Amino acid sequence: MSAKHTFISDVLVVGAGLAGNRAAIAAAEAGLDVIILSLIPPRRSHSTAAQGGMQAALGNSALGKGDSPDVHFADTVKGSDWGNDQEVARMFVETSPIAVRQLSQWGVPWNRVVAGKRKLPDGREVEDTKDKEGYITARDFGGTAKWRTCYTADGTGHTMVYAVDTVVCKMGITTHDRIEAISLIHDGVNCLGVVARNLRNGDIVTYLAKSTVIATGGSGRLYAASTNAVICNGAGGAICQATGIVPLGNMEAVQFHPTGMVPVWILMTEGARGDGGYLLDKNLYRFMPDYEPKKKELASRDVVSRRMTQHMRKGLGVDSKYGPHLWLDIRHLGRKWVWSNLREIANISMNFNGIDPATSLVPVRPTQHYTMGGVRTNKDGAAYGLKGLFALGEAACWDLHGFNRLGGNSVAETVVSGMIVGDAVAKYTLGATQNYNYKLIEDFVKIEEERIKNLISGKNGRENVYDIKKGVENAMMDHVGIFRTGPDLEQGVAKLQELYKRSLKIGLRSSGQGANPELADALRQPGLCRTALSICYGALMRTESRGSHSREDFPKRDDVNWLKRTLAYWKEGSDLPTLDYEPVVCKELPPGDRGYGESSAAGKDK
Amino acid sequence: MRQLTFSIFRFNPNIPGDKPRMQEYKLEEQDGMSMFVALTKIREELDPTLMFDFVCRAAICGSCAMLINGRPRLACKTLAKNMPSRITMMPLPVFKLIGDLCVDTGTWFKDLQIKTEAWVHTNKKFDPKALEEKMDNEVAEKIYEPDRCVECGCCVAACITANIRDDFIGATGINRVARFMLDPRDERSDADYFDVVGNEEGTFGCVGLMGCDDLCPMEIPLQENLAYVRRKMAAAGLKLQFQGVKVS
Ligand SMILES: Cc1cc2nc3c(=O)[nH]c(=O)nc-3n(C[C@H](O)[C@H](O)[C@H](O)COP(=O)(O)OP(=O)(O)OC[C@H]3O[C@@H](n4cnc5c(N)ncnc54)[C@H](O)[C@@H]3O)c2cc1C
Ligand code: SF4
Ligand code: SF4
Ligand code: FES
Repeated sequence: MSAKHTFISDVLVVGAGLAGNRAAIAAAEAGLDVIILSLIPPRRSHSTAAQGGMQAALGNSALGKGDSPDVHFADTVKGSDWGNDQEVARMFVETSPIAVRQLSQWGVPWNRVVAGKRKLPDGREVEDTKDKEGYITARDFGGTAKWRTCYTADGTGHTMVYAVDTVVCKMGITTHDRIEAISLIHDGVNCLGVVARNLRNGDIVTYLAKSTVIATGGSGRLYAASTNAVICNGAGGAICQATGIVPLGNMEAVQFHPTGMVPVWILMTEGARGDGGYLLDKNLYRFMPDYEPKKKELASRDVVSRRMTQHMRKGLGVDSKYGPHLWLDIRHLGRKWVWSNLREIANISMNFNGIDPATSLVPVRPTQHYTMGGVRTNKDGAAYGLKGLFALGEAACWDLHGFNRLGGNSVAETVVSGMIVGDAVAKYTLGATQNYNYKLIEDFVKIEEERIKNLISGKNGRENVYDIKKGVENAMMDHVGIFRTGPDLEQGVAKLQELYKRSLKIGLRSSGQGANPELADALRQPGLCRTALSICYGALMRTESRGSHSREDFPKRDDVNWLKRTLAYWKEGSDLPTLDYEPVVCKELPPGDRGYGESSAAGKDK
Repeated sequence: MRQLTFSIFRFNPNIPGDKPRMQEYKLEEQDGMSMFVALTKIREELDPTLMFDFVCRAAICGSCAMLINGRPRLACKTLAKNMPSRITMMPLPVFKLIGDLCVDTGTWFKDLQIKTEAWVHTNKKFDPKALEEKMDNEVAEKIYEPDRCVECGCCVAACITANIRDDFIGATGINRVARFMLDPRDERSDADYFDVVGNEEGTFGCVGLMGCDDLCPMEIPLQENLAYVRRKMAAAGLKLQFQGVKVS
């Protein structure tokens, strides 16, 4: 059998979030024919949920004065705990101001500087100067030396997504929504496109292109408690890894955001603390200054999340039937500020908890939030292992973030890498030709059709996909959380291996006909298990603590042995990833003290 | 906790012979249960064929609008505790049905963006070396207000005109046009906008019964924005007529 339809273009972009859309624009500007695929209408992509803002060193706001790409660079490298690629970080910080201004021309209504004096919640008085009035302003975010996070209230991602998508519309770029890429087509050297399933009617279709760009977002939903949208499961990376030759980089680097709202785990933006919010314990005591005298609530996310967990372990969390939590307090910012600049989160806590944060405390606990790892690429965004395959955005390990991403650096990465990687894709594609071996394509289609047939008939077994999905989510919570230990991770690996084996024996309970949702879940599940194993096994083998990867049995960063990036390959027939490592080169800034966090505090104690 | 009965519209047009019907499911209510939690539970535990759309589950992406007890709402922010124990769910009208509770809002809204040319029209070339153009913060905030629309389709589903005319752009479409009218970066004149919305498919198709008002989950002041565009377009229409342009 062959696919129902075949679509051919110069460039195929899988993912219509900020990263995919921005790269598609760059390729289309070069005159290339582009098709974008998305599980959902592009504007519903998870990028739209970004609240707080985008980092760019404009230096317009009162406390942004003196900012520059150099300062942004240093913050980003420290934030990453020297785990990132400094060449990438350098390109990024230089380009981000351009990206933010281009977005402004495209229609993002960035908040602007208003001249005048203002008293901050901590008592400091600041003055925005007349000469800067009307330029794009910025707010404070964690781990930054300057106020650098540009924003539109707390709907930044939404306005960015809409503005970028208007350009996609205007340029007439073809977008196919409700299409899911389910495997890569390749000949071991070149990537030729994808096999996909149409989520409107269940048809299997193929997309062939000279270059294929993976921009499928993060994999947060491998955890039971995540701030991510329900579609963020890392399936895009999983289909790359399934080739056996494309590695995922640094999957053990998983970010937990300090303030997920209990018990629905929806994000309360870092902007809440950036604008002056506090964290309180069960005695309504503001505890962060005791741990982090300099940055307080605004140390990097990995640090704040660990400090909160540490504090709750001391019995100082607020007890609830969902386990202990802490409080986010923004009452002192005042009703006007809360309901204008933090309005989306005010709405969220009203809608989901019936709490008005202008007058009441919001229950929060650190929650899975961001995937630093992903499809490993070089600085052009070209994936390791296959020619004509690129990746960017949260799905990629371009390696801007190393072991901890700074708030505001992710949406910035999506558009900046959209420009840089998008141009590299265009350059590559203009020089590329494609020979299609039809037999090869049909074979890839056949594999998927065979899988579907077996899932429907129950040939391989009758395992329930939702049991396995929940099993993975719980195993990740229990074994690969904020604090990790060798024995815990070993157990996690064993559990996940078991779940992986079961995922190969899934049988549907329904007929699988049409756009059947159970079939979609069942097709994805083995890949999700492999991704989870890549995280857990990578974490087990990394015997140091760096950024968000915190091993209680190896509490120190180990630059002698671990200034390395993990590459996780999946060999066919295996039930564990094969790990390889490559050196992390610190071209500009040698490893040093972050200025916050446990190692810094320890240094001071001495 | 209460026992909840969900009566849900079922129809999968891709299964030959399938017929529209209502199907009942029973669940025990849980603390803080949203329709997202309830529907996911139904799919995972009772009926894996049930089709519905959720993405953000936080009322910010606009994916999950449906008729719940007759009223268009975002299912993810509809809490069981605010509902009677019998809950009826139907797909949004106006939009093309994909199956069960899924409708094709994506195509509808994409067509709308193209029809209303909903992007910043400017002849300025982007200069990567130049600073951004200045803007008053107040203007930025004004633009943000209508820009907050998440294209959920609630206002369209409730609209009398949209239910009888396929080409009507709805309150969301008029609101989208208002967003660009408010934006000084967009160089279109009132006459240009008149070409886009000065007709029955646009602002003059609205009968002003405000079926859409109060329904917007983003609390966008639709009434105000509809009136703003109508006023501007009525004035532009008059002006064009004075200039001898035939206005339909
Ligand atoms: C609640 C929340 C708030 C955040 N706030 C901020 C913030 O303030 N600042 C900041 O910098 N970062 C923030 N982030 C992070 C940031 O929003 C994301 O990392 C970023 O937007 C990811 O963009 P993306 O384009 O890579 O992926 P996404 O926007 O997730 O897009 C992925 C796309 O891929 C498509 N897709 C996925 N799989 C497939 C497939 N198999 N086939 C076809 N299509 C597929 C999807 O349909 C979607 O279009 C936040 C994240 C969350 C969860
Ligand atoms: S006021 Fe206009 S847009 Fe709103 S429901 Fe009535 S006809 Fe539709
Ligand atoms: S205007 Fe409001 S109700 Fe209408 S589509 Fe937009 S968000 Fe939904
Ligand atoms: S799922 Fe995003 S609005 Fe309901």
